[in-house]
Amino acid sequence: MANKILAILEQRENKLKRTAFEAAAFTARLSSELGLEAEAVVIGNNIENISEIGKYGIKKVIHFRNEKLTNYSTSAYTKIVKDYAKEAGTNYLIVSGTSLGRDLAPHIAARLNAGCVMDCTDIQTSSGEVTYTRPVYAGKGLIDVKLKSVIKIIVIRPNIFKPEIKDENGKAEIEVRNVENPDLKNRVTEIKKSEGKLDVAEADIIVSGGRGLKGPENYHLVEELADALGAAVGASRAVVDAGWRDHREQVGQTGKTVSPTLYIACGISGAIQHLAGMSSSKYIVAINKDKEAPIFSIADYGIAGDVFEILPALTEEIKKIKS
Amino acid sequence: MKIAVCVNHVPDTATKVKIGADQKTIDPAGVTYIVNPYDEFAIEEALRIKEKSGYDSEVIAISVGGDQNKETIRKALAMGADKGVLLKDNNTRDSFGIAKALAEEIKALGCEIVFCGKQSVDYDNSIVPQLTAEFLNYSCITVVVSLNIDGNKVTAEREIEGGKEVVETELPVIIGAQKGLNEPRYASLKGIMAAKKKVIEEKPAIPAEPFNEVLKMQLPPAKQPGRILGTDKSAVPELVRLLREEAKVI
Repeated sequence: MANKILAILEQRENKLKRTAFEAAAFTARLSSELGLEAEAVVIGNNIENISEIGKYGIKKVIHFRNEKLTNYSTSAYTKIVKDYAKEAGTNYLIVSGTSLGRDLAPHIAARLNAGCVMDCTDIQTSSGEVTYTRPVYAGKGLIDVKLKSVIKIIVIRPNIFKPEIKDENGKAEIEVRNVENPDLKNRVTEIKKSEGKLDVAEADIIVSGGRGLKGPENYHLVEELADALGAAVGASRAVVDAGWRDHREQVGQTGKTVSPTLYIACGISGAIQHLAGMSSSKYIVAINKDKEAPIFSIADYGIAGDVFEILPALTEEIKKIKS
Repeated sequence: MKIAVCVNHVPDTATKVKIGADQKTIDPAGVTYIVNPYDEFAIEEALRIKEKSGYDSEVIAISVGGDQNKETIRKALAMGADKGVLLKDNNTRDSFGIAKALAEEIKALGCEIVFCGKQSVDYDNSIVPQLTAEFLNYSCITVVVSLNIDGNKVTAEREIEGGKEVVETELPVIIGAQKGLNEPRYASLKGIMAAKKKVIEEKPAIPAEPFNEVLKMQLPPAKQPGRILGTDKSAVPELVRLLREEAKVI
C-alpha cells in the first residue's frame, strides 16, 4: 500500500518554522495532483503551533516526541523518518531546504534507496510523472530532472513555494509517539546564536554592501537601512574576503543563494558570482556610483549615485513612512 | 592514520554559463576548471590534522571523473597531500554514483577521517558527504566552520540559520567543509615540484545506476533592466514611492 506523500516539518525551539508551512502546503498540492494521501512528520518535544498544520491541507501529523529531540540530531532524525516512511508505505518525502533539511534528506535517501532532488524551485506533473526544476551553477542555469527511483525525496528551496492556507478552519489529527532511546550518535550540545540578527537565507528583505562602502567602518550605513526595513544584512564576496564581514552574510556563489522579496545592493558592482546568487529576488534595487555596473542590468530600480549620500537619505525616508 | 579528502574538478565561479549542444550540460568551450572552492577548506583541514599528528598520518586525495580531474588531484598534492586516487569514469554521474565510488575506495583504504567540500559549485547538491557516510556507516557533519578531533571524539560547529550548532560525534566521520573553517594555504613552488613526483593511482570507478536523469538544461529567464531613477539623493523619495506603490514590498 504505497500511496503516501510525507512532509517532514522542521521545528526550532519547539515552534514550527515558516518553511514547515511551505512544505505542508507544497505536500498538500502534490498530493492532490498525484492522488496520494498527505501526512506530516514532526520531530521534537512539545510543539506550540503544531495544530496550525491543518490549515495547509494536511489531515494527519505524526509527532515523534522526546525531550532530547528538541535539537537536531542527524542520526536520530534519520532513523525516525526512515522507519516511519517504511511503515507508512511512502513514495514521496518533502523536505525544506534549510540547514537541517539539506543535511537530513540525503541520509534518508541513502537508507530508503531513494533519489533526491535538492533545491527544487518548480515542478510539473503530467500523467503521474513529475519533472523537477532546480538551479545549478548557483542559479546561472536551470535543469529539469526526473527521478527514476521508487521512493523520491524532494527538497524544496525556502521562500519559493508560498505557504498557502487551504482552509482557515482545517484540523489535522495529531498522533503523538514517544521515542524511546533515540539514536544520538550525532548530537547537538549547544546552539550559538549570532546576536539576534536575521539570516540572509530566511529574510524577506536583504540589504547588502560591497566594496563601494570603502571600508568596514562605513558598514553601519547598510546596517541602519536594514534595521529600518527589518531586513537582513548581506555582503559581497569581495568584502567577506577582505575580512570586513563574516562569511555567513555572503550572498552569491560560494556564499548563499537567496530569493527575497526585496534585495537592495549598495556599492556592489555585480560580479557574475554575486548576480548568480541573488538575481532570482523578486525586486532588486541597486545603488552604485558607476552607472555601467552590471548590477544595473538586473535591477528593477537604480540610483546611479554615491552610497554615502543616498543610504542615509533612504534610511531617513524609510523611517518616516514606518513611523 | 589515513585521512581521505574528496575533491572535485569544477568550472571556475567566474564562468558565464552557456548551454551545451546536448541541451543537458554546459558548453565546456573556453571554461577554466578549478578545484571546487569548498574542497580547498577540506584539503587544508586534512593537512592541519596531519601536521598536528606530527606527520604520523597520510592524506589521500580522491576524485571521481575523467582524466581532467588529475589536475585537481595534483593541486591537492601540491598543497601537501601524500597521494592521489582517480576513480575513473568519463561519463557524468549523479551524486549517488559518486558517493558509491568514493565509499568503496575509502573503505578499501581504511580512512577513519574523511573531508569533503560541503557542496560542489557545479550542481550545488550538497549531498555527496551524507550519502558517502551512509554507505560507510560513518558519522557525518556538514557545513562545518570549526572542528576539533581529540582521540575518538569529534566536536564541530556547523552553520545554521542565525547561528551555529555545536555537534558531537565519534570517529569514523565525514566532514563537509564550509568556507570559514580555515584559511587554505597556497601551494609553494617546492610543493608544486614535489607533487609531480607523487603517485596518482588510477582505477575504474565502480559502476552505479543513476537515480537522477537530467532532461534539459536552460538559462534562467533574463531579467529586464529597470529604471535608473537619478544620480543623487533627490531620487530617494521616488524610489520609496515605487517600492511602496508599484512593487508593494515595503
